[in-house]
Amino acid sequence: MTITSTPVTGEATKTWSGRSMPRKEDGRLVQGQGSFVDDGGMHGQGYAWFVRSPYAHARIVSIDCEPALAMEGVYAVLTGDEAKAMCQAPFFAIAPPPGSLMQEWPLAVDKVRYQGDAVAVVLADSRETARDAAERVVVEYEPLTPVTDTVAAADPAAPLLYDEAGTNVAWHGLFDYGDVDWALENADHVVKLDRLHFHRFTSSPLECNGAVVDFDRGTGVVSVLSNYQMPMFAAMVVGPTIGVPMNKFNFVSKDIGGAFGIKIGFYPQIAALALLSKKAGRPAKWTEFRTEHMLTAGHGNERTFLDVEVPVMADGTILGLKVRAFDDAGAYLHYEPLGAVIWSQVVPGCYKLKHVRVDYTEVVTNKCPVVPNRGYSRMQHLWLVERIVDVVAHELGLDPVEVRKRNYVQPEDYPYETPNGCIYDSGDLPRSLDIALELAHVAEWRERQRELGTGTGRRIGIGIGSTLDSGTNNFGQSRIINPDLPFSGNGEAAFAKLDLFGEINVNLGTTPQGQGHETTAAQVAADILGVTPEDVTVTTGFNQANNSYVGFSGTYASQFAVSGLGAVMGAAQKLRHQIVKLAAFALQAEEDEIELEGGSARVRGDEERAIPFIGLSNMVYTNNAGLPASLLDECDLNARYVYVPPFEVPDTVAKTGNLTLTYASQVHVCVVEVDEETGEVKVVEYAAVDDCGNRINPLVVEGQVHGATGLGIAASLYESLDYDESGQLQEPSFYEYHVGTAMDIPDVACGDIESPSPFTPNGAKGMGEGGGAPLHAVCAALQDALGAGAPVVSESHNHWARVYELLHRDPGAPRGVEVVTRTAEPGAGVESL
Amino acid sequence: MGERGTSHAVTVEVNGEKVSRIVAARQLLVHFLRDTLGLTGTHIGCDTGNCGACSVIVNGKLVKSCMILAPQVDGATIETVEGLADGDSLSPLQESFHEHHALQCGYCTPGMLMSATYLLRQNPDPTDEEIRRGIRGNICRCTGYVNIVKAIRAASREQASGGRPVPAAAGEEV
Repeated sequence: MTITSTPVTGEATKTWSGRSMPRKEDGRLVQGQGSFVDDGGMHGQGYAWFVRSPYAHARIVSIDCEPALAMEGVYAVLTGDEAKAMCQAPFFAIAPPPGSLMQEWPLAVDKVRYQGDAVAVVLADSRETARDAAERVVVEYEPLTPVTDTVAAADPAAPLLYDEAGTNVAWHGLFDYGDVDWALENADHVVKLDRLHFHRFTSSPLECNGAVVDFDRGTGVVSVLSNYQMPMFAAMVVGPTIGVPMNKFNFVSKDIGGAFGIKIGFYPQIAALALLSKKAGRPAKWTEFRTEHMLTAGHGNERTFLDVEVPVMADGTILGLKVRAFDDAGAYLHYEPLGAVIWSQVVPGCYKLKHVRVDYTEVVTNKCPVVPNRGYSRMQHLWLVERIVDVVAHELGLDPVEVRKRNYVQPEDYPYETPNGCIYDSGDLPRSLDIALELAHVAEWRERQRELGTGTGRRIGIGIGSTLDSGTNNFGQSRIINPDLPFSGNGEAAFAKLDLFGEINVNLGTTPQGQGHETTAAQVAADILGVTPEDVTVTTGFNQANNSYVGFSGTYASQFAVSGLGAVMGAAQKLRHQIVKLAAFALQAEEDEIELEGGSARVRGDEERAIPFIGLSNMVYTNNAGLPASLLDECDLNARYVYVPPFEVPDTVAKTGNLTLTYASQVHVCVVEVDEETGEVKVVEYAAVDDCGNRINPLVVEGQVHGATGLGIAASLYESLDYDESGQLQEPSFYEYHVGTAMDIPDVACGDIESPSPFTPNGAKGMGEGGGAPLHAVCAALQDALGAGAPVVSESHNHWARVYELLHRDPGAPRGVEVVTRTAEPGAGVESL
Repeated sequence: MGERGTSHAVTVEVNGEKVSRIVAARQLLVHFLRDTLGLTGTHIGCDTGNCGACSVIVNGKLVKSCMILAPQVDGATIETVEGLADGDSLSPLQESFHEHHALQCGYCTPGMLMSATYLLRQNPDPTDEEIRRGIRGNICRCTGYVNIVKAIRAASREQASGGRPVPAAAGEEV
């Protein structure tokens, strides 16, 4: 498969792009003048409160709303049955059967399937009254046996969440590339791991979900003021269910207090609020509270890897991997089973693995539904690959640095085609690793590790995490899950215009949550239009009425630098073209003589012949008599551009194709100190090297690296979501869920490489999610601290008690790893690989 | 608002302005600030006193406003993020947060600024460790705290080198 770049043609002076500049957004945010969803409202609104199930799995016997309705100030109560009766269909299913039979409605119908499942929603004249009234809705449940174990859920004998599906398996597929059987037969060693487990956690944005929804019965327009991060996806899912066409939605968002993918998950609430508003005849405002968020807003994918087999040559060359993966989607398939293919954007990780077989099963369980969570689905697979590479080094007594360097995709290999047809665009992993090792002072730490020796009660461990941040999805990969889906490619829109007095305005289709889009979009537009970023007003947030959107608009999946800024570049260049045309007419010059500088168009070399933008706006908007019609036809000073990345539909049978446009890379190095007596782990040094191609604003890029690192370290050591056997979440608030604080997360030394992407208009690559590198690096550091002959670090979450267990496990107990070494003809035939 | 039950008169000075309201007995200070007074800069992140997004300064002390009822602060002097800037002029900490990219989504920022303001009043020249300890009650999910620590350090250095000091606590002699 070949890919050609699609540069947006036009002039760019590059004065502002590439520069670290503080953000335009900050002024309002440091003064408490941001506009977050709970700060706003609509006239006449009521306050909504959901009635939620205390059981993980139960039949709904009856719901009595009368005690709530009898309360003064209660406007309406909507139950699951009522909501279903108002709907035209269940939510659109991404999965084919049997997953498509696992239907979801705005509120639970007949059954509840996880603790926190919403059975009704109350609307009242205050938040407090709504909350009181919700407690008076009497729901009678008949508890059922909950399913909480991911692998056991796939057993045909397990209790069913959806009787109509006849199974808890939502999706199953075999991803088989190269010839892993041949590799296992011919390798010098086969490293076998029994079980690796990637835990459930959430990046838990500090602002919970929220929405104010108005179903205008007069016009049929549904207005949604929310902090939803992928608004038109919500419209496409909710619309057919509640019977609202796309042109009767008005999704609006302003400032969003973090999202990390989690804010793709609450479209059922938006649907329920729309129906509640329709019933009550007034807008419904809902502000999620933290415990509600932890129980119901969505968790990251939990994945269990069984029967891992890794063919390795004597020199440390890893030929591939074979594994059975079980992914836990929780109770409803919100965005799933997309995760079942998303991981395959990074099949070989950073390495030249040729033979990969993943037998992938996704199940439903009586837990909170999973939703995309920073590093969505790739992070889990990358962690598997990183654990494999690390364990191979330890078990074969090889240097972890050398094993990585030997197996990395090399700088000269780009563009590199993976076994499943993805094209890694550019990078320099060995150099990234060298920089990271230096930044983390690894040579000195190795020395201290040796000096410390044994018997001191303290250990030092050094670990590496190498990952990819694949950005700008080809939505055609969804057809690998379900060939009948009408999705492929991707895109993003932007608008650039001169307003009535010559002001420059840019509207985006994205929903920034801290990524600084107002600033970077202004930098890019300023370069093209010959002004400063201060001269460019970028509208805050998303507004459907701006018509600056396509189906996949939003902020997710590490793509703004490519698709969002690609759209801004295109729109600004279209506007520039119009400005030049108008100015050439006004100044009686040729178009190629016109240059833009300081908010004016002028004839090159003749300072006297110039016209300010306000003059051009005047010509078009308020003083156009006598202008040639052809000129006005072409130049309305409003330019919309849709950036579309170059993609083809993947081969859904072979499960191959280019699934993402860019591959930013991160190499992290972590040094930990472990207390043998308590199992306490302290990160004492940390370095991160990011390569995301050309950086539009390095300050913003580095901020993203810091953030992804902080969340990853916290997830690896402090944050885990666990259910007991009855399906009760053990960490339903920030008391139990220990969110990483400033005392937990260390300073991070950052390095960078810029390997421009040949496939993007600006050489940039999407970044921000990171690939969960801290989880990989911390696990590797712990493995290093445990030393030779220790058990395998088989969990992605390693709180002190688990580390203590690893340190003190009986030496005779299983280590979770076995190395089978071939005795005859080592390496025969492998050269032909 | 249809809040019912016992109510109380509350008179407070907020950012230098005296206000009196009748509020429900159970109204939290954070809801009083946000809903009753319309000062929406103070945010709610966790409802359990863990995250610090609602941090304000009451009578010179740092308080999580979701952990205290509005009637409890009757007669108090309250500082919120809206009072940090002097007209159009940002406080040194606000300026430093901007310069050092110490905020991303901006949701934790008001509480973080109040904690940092309080910290620098108590300890004008904190070490990095003391800064981290000073903001441990404020959760940020975006920055990994790296640039927040840097910004607070820079503001304290600026103050030490004769730059603008962190404004003194309202209602306190300094």
